[in-house]
Amino acid sequence: MRAPAAEDTPSANLVLLCLASWVIPGAGHFWLGRRNKGLIFLAALPAMFAIGLVLRGRLFPFDLSDPLVCLEALADLGIGATYFVAAALGSGTGDVRAVTYEYGNAFLVVAGLLNLLTVIDAHDVALGRK
Amino acid sequence: MRSHILLLSLFAFFVSLVFAVIAKDDPREQARFGGLLFAGFLGSAIVLGWLMYPFPR
Repeated sequence: MRAPAAEDTPSANLVLLCLASWVIPGAGHFWLGRRNKGLIFLAALPAMFAIGLVLRGRLFPFDLSDPLVCLEALADLGIGATYFVAAALGSGTGDVRAVTYEYGNAFLVVAGLLNLLTVIDAHDVALGRK
Repeated sequence: MRSHILLLSLFAFFVSLVFAVIAKDDPREQARFGGLLFAGFLGSAIVLGWLMYPFPR
């Protein structure tokens, strides 16, 4: 049996909120009226991702034969739209010979993971848990 | 940008900033918690670095 529309709306909004928060870092907090937090996430997370690219880090491919690479790809994807912009611009090819290669990867992966953390935080705020 | 300590500090800064903003709501508490995290990251990295110094490989 289908739930009434009135019950659908909050969960649909919650999904939209989480999606927005993932696509644009801080968007979920903006949506919830927490502008300062949203602004900090919007500035810090793409900056961290960009530094990872400048340090010649790599946007890992979704290679299912190598689970660790696949996990790193998922973490990279955590940054949302910034990932697709970087990929479209041909960034993130990675240069394993660069001294800063591993640092770059750390910045890219952690920026994505931190953005996923902000999605969870926005979700908790929306549910009134915080 | 090849300095290990600079890159470590930059990384610690961003992670501390995001953790502090997520964990605390009051700006003063955010600054205090973020500062503690940042100092903890730097301090533990330096201590671990010196602990590993006698074992280069």
